[in-house]
Amino acid sequence: MSDNNYVPSSKLGKWFNDRLPLLSLSAHLREYPTPKNLNYWWTFGGILTFCLVAQIITGIVLAMHYVAHTDLAFASVEHIMRDVNYGWLLRYFHANGASMFFLAVYIHIFRALYYGSYKSPREVIWIIGMIIYFLMMMTAFMGYVLPWGQMSFWAATVITNLFSAVPFVGESITNWLWGGFAVDNPTLTRFYALHYLLPFLIFGLVILHIWALHVPGNNNPIGIELKKPSKDTVPFHPYIVIKDLFALLLFLIVFAFFVFYAPNILGHADNYIEANPMVTPNHIVPEWYLLPFYAILRSVPDKLFGVIAMFASIFVLVILPWLDTSKVKSAIFRPIYKQFYWILVIDVLILGYMGAMPAEGTYLLIARVATTYYFIHFLIILPILGKKEKTLPIPLSITDPVLGGSPNPNTVKKKEIYN
Amino acid sequence: MSDQKKPKRRDFLFTASYAIGAVGVGAAVWPLVDQMNPDKSVKALASTEVDVSSLEPGKSITVLWRGKPVFIKRRTQEEISEARAVKMDDLKHPEKDEDRAKNPEWLVMVGVCTHLGCVPLGDKGDYNGWFCPCHGSHYDTSGRIRKGPAPTNLEVPEYKFINSNTIKIG
Repeated sequence: MSDNNYVPSSKLGKWFNDRLPLLSLSAHLREYPTPKNLNYWWTFGGILTFCLVAQIITGIVLAMHYVAHTDLAFASVEHIMRDVNYGWLLRYFHANGASMFFLAVYIHIFRALYYGSYKSPREVIWIIGMIIYFLMMMTAFMGYVLPWGQMSFWAATVITNLFSAVPFVGESITNWLWGGFAVDNPTLTRFYALHYLLPFLIFGLVILHIWALHVPGNNNPIGIELKKPSKDTVPFHPYIVIKDLFALLLFLIVFAFFVFYAPNILGHADNYIEANPMVTPNHIVPEWYLLPFYAILRSVPDKLFGVIAMFASIFVLVILPWLDTSKVKSAIFRPIYKQFYWILVIDVLILGYMGAMPAEGTYLLIARVATTYYFIHFLIILPILGKKEKTLPIPLSITDPVLGGSPNPNTVKKKEIYN
Repeated sequence: MSDQKKPKRRDFLFTASYAIGAVGVGAAVWPLVDQMNPDKSVKALASTEVDVSSLEPGKSITVLWRGKPVFIKRRTQEEISEARAVKMDDLKHPEKDEDRAKNPEWLVMVGVCTHLGCVPLGDKGDYNGWFCPCHGSHYDTSGRIRKGPAPTNLEVPEYKFINSNTIKIG
């Protein structure tokens, strides 16, 4: 990479850079060679960075007004909503920001699944990403508990009770998590402390995620490794920066729609009732972004195995680089994988829907079928498909199909649309 | 790296230092872990006394004990006979009603579903007992799990009648 021999133009810059090479780092980030065929699905990394920073900033200011105590938490959130200057905006931005964060992360993950971005040599990027995703779920869950409404309380109860499924020591673990014999004030205060801490861990992991990305460089829609820098790449700045900013702008329109026009549509009315340990709401469901996992949990009739299945559904993603045996990355050149990919997308959406419905009758049956298929996709279809599938010819470079005439990803793409 | 397999004085020193170091780290970490366990003020609230004199047969009250709801139900004769008529083979977690309610009229149990901790609703479900709305567990008139994902019966806490009107839980 060219930044290795970067020399600052000013004398002061050179003096500083010799002592701490921040200017070299900045030059690397600007010149970082990026595949020139990246589409808009690749803009979600930037969008996610924005989401994380926005959540941290709004979170810190909300923390200045929030009180983590069972007697005061609910009232302090109402105080933020009614009395604090722009408190309503900050809280709605933070609460909907969580949903937007997950929306973006799901698109980001499914993009990686489609284009095979998790494959060699990017396994470590993928695993760090999965750890980030897991920490995001923990952070979102603990944040949801803080307003101390009915949904907060019962979400905390149900999720912490997952650990009671552990044989022999389950009860000790839950009592340890709660700091008591039920979800109560000690639980709230520790969740608050962790909810404040975890985003900074995520931030650190994001830096590792990007660092690991910058070693092999970006994957791209045709999924071939590129020579860098070359005719197939463009510098990150200004090409990708501008494209990312434009995508962020479009994303913010959706974001603003929720914050300003439908701030409560993704929440539950029950969370505007203060927590009551004596009464469980009639229908408790987690936030939308956790619904597929909730559906998996409920579709297993045994308590312990339900919990195991739920954690396993995340763990299969972690080991995905070794489950998918195909050397070809992009689904553009994998006609059969492409179909299974879309079946998986539909399967996850079905699981999400079933997670929101009561676990009985037909709903439960469908959830069970969808749960089984989810595991079949990762544990059976992907390992076998990689060995059996006849893939399409892969171009040698991004420019090759255009200049050389042979397999053109664009015509392949067009065919997809008509098929 | 030495080629000799025989441990040397230095190897002993390394192993001993690591071992002492590990004990030291463990001793330093334990307070950080244990601080999360239930503290003295939480444990001090471990028992509750309840006056049940106003409870009519067929009615129940819910009281808070250790932050959890406890159901105290004064059962009717039908409910008692229904609970006692159940065959042990039909139960997922076999327990005799006689063991769960020493005084058959009074059923005292922790009102927390053994599945994932929701509070079951009274006089509901397929067995006229309790029904948990979260994930659909049905309990009978003795609070025993009959249908649904919960693994065990509703827990009977330690309790005793201090006098004919007062129950002490815990």
